[in-house]
Amino acid sequence: MSGAGLVLQELVIGYRRVPLLPPISATAQPGRVTVLLGPNGSGKSTLLRTVAALQPALGGSATLDGAPLAAIPPRSRARSLAVVLTDRFDPGLLRGGEVVALGRRPYTGAAGILRADDRAAVERALSALHAESLADVPLAEMSDGQRQRILIARALAQDPALLVLDEPSAFLDAPGRIELLAVLRRIAEDRSIPVLVSTHDVEAALRAGQDGWVIDGRVLRTGTVDALRENVIGPAFATGVVEFDSELGIFRLRRPHSSQPHL
Amino acid sequence: MTTVGAVEGIASEVSPVAVHRRRRTVIAFAAVTVLLVLVLGAALVVGSETVPVRDVLRWLTGSLPADEPSRGLIEQFHLPRALTGVLAGAGLAVVGLVMQTLFANPLADPYILGVSSGAGLGVAVSVLGTGNAAVAFVSTFGVFGRWGTTAAAMTGALVVMGVVLLAGRWISSVVSLLVVGVMIGAAVGAAVSLLLAFADPVRLQKYVLWSLGSLDGTYLGDLVVLGPVVGIGVVLAVLVSPSLNALVLGERYARTMGVRVRGVRVVAIVATSVVCGGVTAFCGPIAFLGLAVPQLARMLLRQADHRIMVPFCALLGAAVCVLCGIVAALPGTAGTIPLNVVTAVLGAPVVIALLIRNRTLGAGG
Repeated sequence: MSGAGLVLQELVIGYRRVPLLPPISATAQPGRVTVLLGPNGSGKSTLLRTVAALQPALGGSATLDGAPLAAIPPRSRARSLAVVLTDRFDPGLLRGGEVVALGRRPYTGAAGILRADDRAAVERALSALHAESLADVPLAEMSDGQRQRILIARALAQDPALLVLDEPSAFLDAPGRIELLAVLRRIAEDRSIPVLVSTHDVEAALRAGQDGWVIDGRVLRTGTVDALRENVIGPAFATGVVEFDSELGIFRLRRPHSSQPHL
Repeated sequence: MTTVGAVEGIASEVSPVAVHRRRRTVIAFAAVTVLLVLVLGAALVVGSETVPVRDVLRWLTGSLPADEPSRGLIEQFHLPRALTGVLAGAGLAVVGLVMQTLFANPLADPYILGVSSGAGLGVAVSVLGTGNAAVAFVSTFGVFGRWGTTAAAMTGALVVMGVVLLAGRWISSVVSLLVVGVMIGAAVGAAVSLLLAFADPVRLQKYVLWSLGSLDGTYLGDLVVLGPVVGIGVVLAVLVSPSLNALVLGERYARTMGVRVRGVRVVAIVATSVVCGGVTAFCGPIAFLGLAVPQLARMLLRQADHRIMVPFCALLGAAVCVLCGIVAALPGTAGTIPLNVVTAVLGAPVVIALLIRNRTLGAGG
């Protein structure tokens, strides 16, 4: 399964021919969790949606194990690329297991009938997220965290060669965010696939992420999380009031004498 | 039923929830089938003139003599009404379900969103606008004949459906979309009024009566048109039902699972317009059935899978519509009341209950 992973070459993202950032070149390696960091509104979701071929690139390419993702027919693409979005929806009477089973859609025939290997994939996905007990629970009755686990299990059921997640921890509490990243790390390792996850939670990303893509102003900087911690994260997120402590990996208020916060 | 088995397999072979759900599905299907048979039997018996049950049984076994007055009553009035009810009810319920998923909105329905009004305008243009002097309204159908009027109704439905769907892409709020539907309904109503203002008074009265909804205006010959029309719509709905399941998660999620959303949407729109146009041409714009039946089906089945919901809604819609037709015929009296009076009495409380309980009953399947 392991190939070159996800490779962006001079990829230009944006809307209506207006680029959001200069051309991006970066790699997400198989077996590793790559965290996409950046302040709100910096273009994280646009980048992920472009990678997922949900919106067209303005230039350049995103290839997965050598194949350009945008050129693959939708059904085959859904077998190699699975996505967890921030989109909210009304689940009605859908139950956890049914949602995960939808992930087999790119493999099943016109009637959507699950065969034994489809059911096995669903079961594997549920157990990877420790969500077996949620199979019969209606989504409408789940907590945000449980719902998120089901949606990630649904993506895993697609047996993807690349897993992309947009802000999956937005509605989770602090321990939940770290735990989620740990789960993603195990998924990346077990399946030898790249996992690309955006978050604006820098602290959790630094604790549980491995590689990082950081949108710093209008530039994407890449490297291991440890390397980025030293001299990229701080400038990218610091404001007049808050500074980044690269040793502890946390944000804190600037001391009054080190700068003049306008409070 | 495949998903019932599938989910069972996921949980474990003895998951009590899954077993319970399968049993519920089987019982619900059996019950609604029995209900449909019963109301069909009743529909053959009752009407402005009652046919003795004995005669209906003899007719069913083919032993009712041709010169018996009951025979004419059954074959010319009661049977067409019953079969029209089956087709209209099944079609509208399935189309209502499809629209609710397509709009991600539990209140979507061809009548509320103005699609039936669009079909009505098509009929009005075809019949009132052609200057045809025919007096009998539904049976004569202007210069274009049955197919022509049906096609005009479908076109009207298609146009409104397209406009509302387009509006729905920018308007996510349930209430705003309903307002759009009401506005389109009002605009279309104005156009119809304009046509009526210049229409011959006799035809005007016929149009008004038709617009109140009725299952009585059809002859067995009309079912040659209505049958295939509803059949096509239901088959199309069945074909897209696995994709509709994925669409419950939203358009973008569906796309990431390989669903060709645009194609599914086109098929769903065509199915809706065909069924709504066909039914409206023959029965008038029937209110609330498309909304109430899928919701009723959800309450009975507690299921989201469209592959189960589509056939169930068809059966339940048929039974409910035939039943409404029986009530509208005011058994034992010479008069009838408009079908929409009956369906509104059933449907209005469902709409109100939905607006109140909007969180618990979703659009999902």
